[in-house]
Amino acid sequence: MNNIIILPIIIPFIIGGILILLYKRHTMQRIISGITMLALLALSIFLAIYVHQHGTIVLEVGDWEAPFGIVIVADLLSTLMLLLSTLVGTVCLFFAFRTVSRDREKQFFYPLYLFLMIGVNGSFLTGDLFNLFVFFEVMLISSYGLIVHGGTGYQLRESFKYVIINIFASALFIVGIAWVYSITGTMNMAHMAERVSELEQTGALNIVAIILFIVFACKGALFPLYFWLPRSYFGPPAAIAALFGGLLTKVGIYAIIRTFTLIFNHDTSFTHKGLIVTIAGFTMLLGVLGAVSQFDFKRILSYHIISQVGYMVMGLGIFTPLAVAGAIYYIAHHMIVKTALFLFAGATQKITGTTDLRKMGGLIGTHPWLAWMFFITAISLAGIPPLSGFFSKFPIILAGFEEQQYVISAVALLVGLLTLFSMMKIFSYAFWGKQKHTEEQAKIPVGKLLLPILPLVALTIILGFAAEPIFTYSMEVAEEIMDPTNYIESVLKE
Amino acid sequence: MMKKPNNMMLQTLARLIILVVLSFSIYLMLAGHNSPGGGFIGGLMTASAILILYLSFGLNPIKKVIRFDFIKIIGIGLLLPGVTGLVSIFLGDSYLKQYFDYFQIPLIGEVELTTALPFDLGVYFVVLASALTIILTIAEDDK
Repeated sequence: MNNIIILPIIIPFIIGGILILLYKRHTMQRIISGITMLALLALSIFLAIYVHQHGTIVLEVGDWEAPFGIVIVADLLSTLMLLLSTLVGTVCLFFAFRTVSRDREKQFFYPLYLFLMIGVNGSFLTGDLFNLFVFFEVMLISSYGLIVHGGTGYQLRESFKYVIINIFASALFIVGIAWVYSITGTMNMAHMAERVSELEQTGALNIVAIILFIVFACKGALFPLYFWLPRSYFGPPAAIAALFGGLLTKVGIYAIIRTFTLIFNHDTSFTHKGLIVTIAGFTMLLGVLGAVSQFDFKRILSYHIISQVGYMVMGLGIFTPLAVAGAIYYIAHHMIVKTALFLFAGATQKITGTTDLRKMGGLIGTHPWLAWMFFITAISLAGIPPLSGFFSKFPIILAGFEEQQYVISAVALLVGLLTLFSMMKIFSYAFWGKQKHTEEQAKIPVGKLLLPILPLVALTIILGFAAEPIFTYSMEVAEEIMDPTNYIESVLKE
Repeated sequence: MMKKPNNMMLQTLARLIILVVLSFSIYLMLAGHNSPGGGFIGGLMTASAILILYLSFGLNPIKKVIRFDFIKIIGIGLLLPGVTGLVSIFLGDSYLKQYFDYFQIPLIGEVELTTALPFDLGVYFVVLASALTIILTIAEDDK
């Protein structure tokens, strides 16, 4: 039974191999990859329910006992992240069927897509720090492939920077891993947590914590390491930009949450309430200021990823169960809404042929469904009740005031206001006003494009109206990860 | 490119060298699961042997001899380790649990056969085929 948690990693691996064998037949590739993603979605729903009912599942790969072998661990946080990532992956894949051109499909689009899912799922499930590095690399190498996919000049230039910054971060990751191994003598995260608590996280261990934080901050686009994000997410087609915007930074955030709740949680006044909260404040503020200054649909959305990653990290930094639960709820809300918004950007680009807001206008007259669905998602992002954005910001800011973190809470409120401003800017430029696209463009149907986005829009409404049970669930997740003894005991079987 | 280069020396030596390199690479691949070697280094070495052929005899003559679709070999190579790992799931153990036993094979004698071998073979195929795909893609770009 424990073997079931390896399936989210091994299914895309085997199917990816089969897709390489079928590389000349792209219709076949579409069908197989579509079925695979739906199966993964069903599997991750099952896993989320199973783990919620029966507790953490641990798999010792190859029957090598922890802490010596590699463990795969599925606890509440992992399965929730797994569910969200496969949901985003499925939606983006079905959107890609309609938008990615034949030439790009032929160049191993679907195998790369599935390999990316291996990396993401593996990062969420692994219980071993070095394995986390390996899955990060699997994810990054596939993302290098996808981000240059199509090979336009702009893509090549910007992905070069993306590759360089990520290789730098990976090198630093190895340094951090080597250092923490030299101090604690283990790679198993549960075992490491035990030993760090025996050593009381002082001196060198704090430095290692900061090194790992820098690494994950780089992948998660935190201040001041976010500069690569807006430009590199601008190049690739909408389905890929949406997948990256929804997934990749959140893997970095997951790694921060995992390491700073499980391992490095003994000096919270320095790491959490000092460092992480400060970084979160700058990330939110500078990200949203970047968004306000832009006049491009995709770039505004990319800058908003940065500002919202700040909220999640702020929730972790305040480090009360309420705040962490808020951060988890925020991740769920953000992955759903941000993916939907990027896909809307793709749909409008398909109609108008541009992402420049000043060249758009009057879409609400010709494509009312697109406009209203975008409107719902946009105000959800800005945090208007009763949509999910409100219920994700509220507990974080509430916890901030409870913990007397007034400055950061005020910043969070201001950022919410500016988010509303820039979302309204998109809405009023692109959808209101005089029609700027031609009559032929006005006749382009987008119904089939909107169909894959529909579940995401429905989910942001459901997350808002059913906030009570979903927030109870996030509280459970938060309480479980705030108290790492459960994780340590299930891995080491003490 | 030069017309009709006189590379008889190279071609004669290449025939000898690749014999050594190929057999040593296969030895390395087979030895890999419990002594120095492995699918990765074996695959690289086989790729370098085939590369010597390309260098000394030219791209097109060798392409007529070696007619594999290297991209499909990558796919097969990926499938092998994945499926090998699955075997242990069906036998009721953890994923990637390895099995081994000793067998008497005529002419060779006692041989240790392990499930690590198909795993390594998969790695071998992936490394061999991707190294050659990369090199050949760059070589064809030249035209």
